[in-house]
Amino acid sequence: MASDTISSLRTLLAQCGPLPRAANTLIPLGPSGLDEALAGGLPGATLHEAFTAAGTQDAAAATAFGLGLAVRFAKDRPIVWIRQEFSDVEAGGPYGAGLAALGIDPDRIIVVRTGDPVLGLRAAGEALRCPALGAVLMEFWGRSKALDLTATRRLALAAENSGVTPVLVRLAAEPVPSAAMSRWSVAASPSQALEGNAPGRPAFEIALLRHRAGLPGQTWIVEWDSEQRAFDDPAPLPRAVDAVHARRAAGAAYTADWRRAG
Amino acid sequence: MPAERLERRTRRTGGAPAETPLVLVESAGNAMRLAAVSRSAQASGLTPGLTLADARARVPGLDAVDHDRAADEAFLLAIAEDAARWTPLVAVDPPHGLALDITGCAHLFGGEGGLLAKVPARLARTGLTVRAAIAGTPETARALARFGPGGIVPPGGDAEVVLSLPVAALEAGDETLVALRRAGFRLIGDLAGQPTAPLVARFGEAIVVRLRRMLGREDRRITPLRPAPVCMVEQPFAEPIARAEDVEHSLRRLAGRAALVLEARGQGGRIFEAIFFRADGQVRRIGVATGRPSRDPDAILRLFREKLDALADPLDPGFGFDLIRLAVPHVQDLAATQPGFDRQAKEDDEVADLVDRLVARFGQARVLKFVAADTHDPLRAAALIPATASFKGAGWLGSEAGEPPCRPLRLFDPPQAIETLAEVPDGPPVRFRWRRVLHEVARAEGPERIAAEWWRDRIGPTRDYYRVEDAAGHRFWLFREGLFHQEGPVPRWYLHGLFA
Repeated sequence: MASDTISSLRTLLAQCGPLPRAANTLIPLGPSGLDEALAGGLPGATLHEAFTAAGTQDAAAATAFGLGLAVRFAKDRPIVWIRQEFSDVEAGGPYGAGLAALGIDPDRIIVVRTGDPVLGLRAAGEALRCPALGAVLMEFWGRSKALDLTATRRLALAAENSGVTPVLVRLAAEPVPSAAMSRWSVAASPSQALEGNAPGRPAFEIALLRHRAGLPGQTWIVEWDSEQRAFDDPAPLPRAVDAVHARRAAGAAYTADWRRAG
Repeated sequence: MPAERLERRTRRTGGAPAETPLVLVESAGNAMRLAAVSRSAQASGLTPGLTLADARARVPGLDAVDHDRAADEAFLLAIAEDAARWTPLVAVDPPHGLALDITGCAHLFGGEGGLLAKVPARLARTGLTVRAAIAGTPETARALARFGPGGIVPPGGDAEVVLSLPVAALEAGDETLVALRRAGFRLIGDLAGQPTAPLVARFGEAIVVRLRRMLGREDRRITPLRPAPVCMVEQPFAEPIARAEDVEHSLRRLAGRAALVLEARGQGGRIFEAIFFRADGQVRRIGVATGRPSRDPDAILRLFREKLDALADPLDPGFGFDLIRLAVPHVQDLAATQPGFDRQAKEDDEVADLVDRLVARFGQARVLKFVAADTHDPLRAAALIPATASFKGAGWLGSEAGEPPCRPLRLFDPPQAIETLAEVPDGPPVRFRWRRVLHEVARAEGPERIAAEWWRDRIGPTRDYYRVEDAAGHRFWLFREGLFHQEGPVPRWYLHGLFA
């Protein structure tokens, strides 16, 4: 009798399919309003997408947002960054010193350059099978038939098995149906000016286009905090005015529009 | 010594046998002369050096083709590749010969006699006329094959055999040959007994050196096309194999055997090369590289699988491979390790394996890592190098606390020219046009003056960099090349990067 119960339970379990390997913990992105709206953050080991329609101008913003997500998910683990060569020509190549300036350790990033998205997806599939990675960032340019529902579902499944989070950044592209957990549209946003009208921290205008949990779409303005390696609410940088600097500025005949930097 | 070091030569004459006499011609001086003749042409009495007009007069139905030395060389190289099945040390011996260093290889093919039968037989199947000889030094073997009967010279017997060859075997050039004949020398034996000094004075040093080498008094190794690999295992097949699964299976077994050899030496391979010898003489070499020394057969097989999948021109078995060889040309020390419980080390290994697989599939130039350089020149400060390189760069410079990033996330190389309206002499731009889009500058910071590195040969002008933000919130890194009225004409503006 008991063995019957057990065997029936077994068949029931088999019908339910394999349990997901990694429990999808929610990773907070940083800004309190954003995390609240997302009910705690974004789940890891699922696919997230970021789109920008304007390729060249918002390329840096979209890449930085994608990198930001990847870093949030990866923590200290390595990230594989798969890039389409074409975007080097259109929007510049990745710059190690710039990554370091964003607080991201360039030594933890492996860059794979591919000619087209098909090869890129193959590389991503390979990378997503390596559980030692933290995240896989894909950066593709323009429309592509290869990045369809099937391809994204494959990525999502691979992510579920290994626990590695894929982040898909698409420049100069329109959203298409996909298996992504969340889909964002990213654009650069005017920063909070520093003294002397200098550009401030990186700021993005992000809009949640789709979330599989059915969260409503909304738009936020967030900044990237290089020290915390997290997104943040827009706020002027709290920095004390240098004493010598202030005295010199006061002593000058004109009120100089400048600040100490570098 | 000579017993272990033996040389064998093969000699190719003429082209494929054909019914009509075939000659290859090239223009020498003002006449078309025969450069090579086929066997049937030879039978008709034609010899190289004859003018084409004379040859046509003698044999009217003559087929004349332009002599193509480059194609000949390529063909010879292809034969050399196939000859690598006998020994890893193969050299091309111009004009039509191959030199093989068969030290320690002969016994694998039934001794020298067996080798001397098998090699010409294999080449003869492709329609070549082959003359082969095995001797103690490369020069002796060459002379025997080209001017003598060929065959095997017993160890130490070099001098005896060479003595009965004609002086032409010295290959000293026509003038010297005539001079030697006039002096009454017909055979090498006539020269061998002569004192060296008068010979040098009269005929030049070259023939004396040659003579010494032919007589086995001086030894010189051949320069092989490829150096011998450190470790090499191979699998011949009685029946050629063609199925992909069979190929993979043999590669796995070879990798296992190579791993045993490497393990015994405490080494791991950095480069593995699989060499596929097709039954029809085509040879394909496929190499994979690893980021760290490795000897794990399964990992090696995975790399080969990736590489074979990604080949632009897939491995074509044709009528099958009759020999597969796995060579390890580059090794490093690798101590035996015990698997530990250290999570970090295990993950590092996994990532290194992933990098190897990606390199095998996409090539070394496409799997990259960032490396910092200790310089203030922004173009040089960060570079992307192959991820498998062991080069460690300088440390990275993050931004200061409370500062926005002072370097862009994306950099253009080369910088993009822009049109600007800017305050002179050193104000930031007020507006600029890039790719036909006008940007109104809302915020700007600068200049950050970066001078060229004076210790370099070519010094560019000083650059003044500005971080600017346009009205829509896009942030750019612009610079003005040169200072006003100091360094040349009106400075030009460039866009160098995009900030997040």
